[in-house]
Amino acid sequence: MSTLEIKDLHVSIETEQGVKEILKGVTLTVKTGETHAIMGPNGSGKSTLASTIAGHPRYTVTSGTITLDGEDVLAMSVDERARAGLFLAMQYPVEVPGVTMTNFLRTAKTAIDGKAPAIRTWTKEVKEAMAQLRIDADFAQRNVNEGFSGGEKKRVEILQLELFKPKFAVLDETDSGLDVDALKVVSEGVNRAQAEGNMGTLLITHYTRILRYIKPEFVHVFVDGKIAEQGGPELADRLEEEGYDRYLAGAGSAVQASI
Amino acid sequence: MTGITEEATKDGARIGAPSIEGFTEEGESLSPTPVVTGPLGGAASKSHSHGGGYGIPDSSRAGRLTSYRLADFPELKGTEEEWRFTPLRRLGGLHKDALDGAAPAVVVEAPESVRVETVGRDDSRVGSAGIPEDRVSANAWAHFADATVVTIPAGAELEERISVNLTGAGLAASAQHVVIVAEEGARAVVVLNHEGQAVVSENVEIVVGDRADLTLVTLQEWTDDSIHVSSQQVKVGREAKIKHVSVSLGGSLVRLTPTVRFAEPGGEAQVFGLYFADAGQHLEHRTFVDHAQPNCISNVLFKGALQGKDAHTVWVGDVLIQKQAEGTDSYEKNQNLVLTDGCRADSVPNLEIETGLIAGAGHASATGRFDDEHLFYLMARGIPEDVARRLVVRGFLHEIIQKIGVPSIEEHLVEAVERELEAGDN
Ligand SMILES: Nc1ncnc2c1ncn2[C@@H]1O[C@H](COP(=O)(O)OP(=O)(O)OP(=O)(O)O)[C@@H](O)[C@H]1O
Ligand SMILES: [Mg+2]
Repeated sequence: MSTLEIKDLHVSIETEQGVKEILKGVTLTVKTGETHAIMGPNGSGKSTLASTIAGHPRYTVTSGTITLDGEDVLAMSVDERARAGLFLAMQYPVEVPGVTMTNFLRTAKTAIDGKAPAIRTWTKEVKEAMAQLRIDADFAQRNVNEGFSGGEKKRVEILQLELFKPKFAVLDETDSGLDVDALKVVSEGVNRAQAEGNMGTLLITHYTRILRYIKPEFVHVFVDGKIAEQGGPELADRLEEEGYDRYLAGAGSAVQASI
Repeated sequence: MTGITEEATKDGARIGAPSIEGFTEEGESLSPTPVVTGPLGGAASKSHSHGGGYGIPDSSRAGRLTSYRLADFPELKGTEEEWRFTPLRRLGGLHKDALDGAAPAVVVEAPESVRVETVGRDDSRVGSAGIPEDRVSANAWAHFADATVVTIPAGAELEERISVNLTGAGLAASAQHVVIVAEEGARAVVVLNHEGQAVVSENVEIVVGDRADLTLVTLQEWTDDSIHVSSQQVKVGREAKIKHVSVSLGGSLVRLTPTVRFAEPGGEAQVFGLYFADAGQHLEHRTFVDHAQPNCISNVLFKGALQGKDAHTVWVGDVLIQKQAEGTDSYEKNQNLVLTDGCRADSVPNLEIETGLIAGAGHASATGRFDDEHLFYLMARGIPEDVARRLVVRGFLHEIIQKIGVPSIEEHLVEAVERELEAGDN
């Protein structure tokens, strides 16, 4: 049983107009076996939270803590965080020229496990995982994300989730840009990983559609860099019907402007 | 944080540029009319004067002075179009001194059927594929003592590769001359291994007979203080194929000018290159494909990586599609990957097209930084920074390595690239 604990997290970025605070005190605890959904309007800071957990250098933590089983995540480099068991499925996965998927997956797996996987079982595992996510076998020979469609990139993120077996997965809008079938395939992938019983999930989404397949125990509403409300799955349905107006009325003008 | 930005054009607009009067097949006479070059070739195509020799200034690649006589070439100032990127101070006198040092020793390993000869300056094969196109090349021509001629007899299909090992043993400025002849219908792989310590100006003539198929790999793995300027001229016969691969890794200054001339219709040229410049190295490659005949195909691809302070690479790719070269299909591309601050990669494609009746002509040039976003993505998957960097460079250069098609050389290069990467880690 692991715990990812975020306490009173404040995050800013450097912009051309100066330093801008984006996260304004986020507190959130995720435990193994739990699924938390984060919903909220555009620009409210959801991706900022995800990237900060992963350690993207653009984001500066000005106060607050992130710990994984008590270990200070903020003191770790990006690769150390991944090896400690954090995984971010990115909203916009990057194309990496010159590196084949096969080579990339093996290198990452080796880094995460601290030893190279046994070739034969690994190759088989990759093949099977690809087949389950309906990723064509020839993707293995293509460069990482290069020329992949939006939906294909998302499937490949979930492929990595299944292969790397993290303690905590942050899925940043993995459902966006997926057609109905793909949504189902990808959700099944996440559920398989969750069903192994060693993972907690933070699922960022705009749509309740995916929540038909992936059932969160907790729903958090993100507004203007803070959690404005928390609840169970029923909160998601209410958001779908009512939108975010209720929260925005009380929020700062910056949010209004960014919508 | 920019990714690889690519400027690519499949040429349309430049097709049908005004023809040039007064051309000969050798491209020795001069053009009075302006020519059109690629968009990045603006500065490169400014007219300049050669002063001596044949006379009038010209902006076209075809108009460049060629001569066997050193005296025909004016002394270099460094501002000439073809020398503007080269630090003359670092040429070790190759452009002005008598090149009477001992040339790198030549040892040829070849199957029985291949003829290997050492011949004098008056041998008929010397001068059969090229005339010097610049002063350093002409200086070598003026000073070389004897030439190594390697002949692959007509019709021979060699499985075993031919190695021409050129091993330098000192820094006295010297001149070298090598002639490779693939006779009609011959098929072979020749590797020029440039090793040891040298300051040398070299002329390599490569004759690819009708329907012959030659792969020539030139490896530059000199010591850190070596200086190497090499003019490699390829004459391509009817329906013949050349694959010319330049690999420049070691040396203080390496400047290679591979030129491919189609002497008959139906030829095919693949001109590839790979370079990896470390701190302080100057690695320059200038390719020229002269489509002087109809229905020929050319494809130029050079890829380079740079790391360390004052690592400097230059690629200039000239392609000339002459008026009579109908049915030409040509493409050229250079990609550079800059790994650290303080490096400089110059990349200039020049395309001159004098006929609209071609199958295709295009060029692309891209210089990318190894991007923070690439690094973040790989590190977010647990891969440490140094491993991530290697993964990307290996992948980037592998495209060229796998085109060589000679497994033993491919293995050798994979190892050599690994060594370069390790050298950059400390
Ligand atoms: N480089 C940047 N320069 C200026 N503002 C930025 C930059 N990066 C992020 N922001 C701002 O930070 C705020 C939060 O962005 P973030 O991407 O975290 O939002 P989000 O909740 O993920 O939105 P979405 O639902 O559209 O994905 C936005 O107002 C955004 O414009
Ligand atoms: Mg977002």
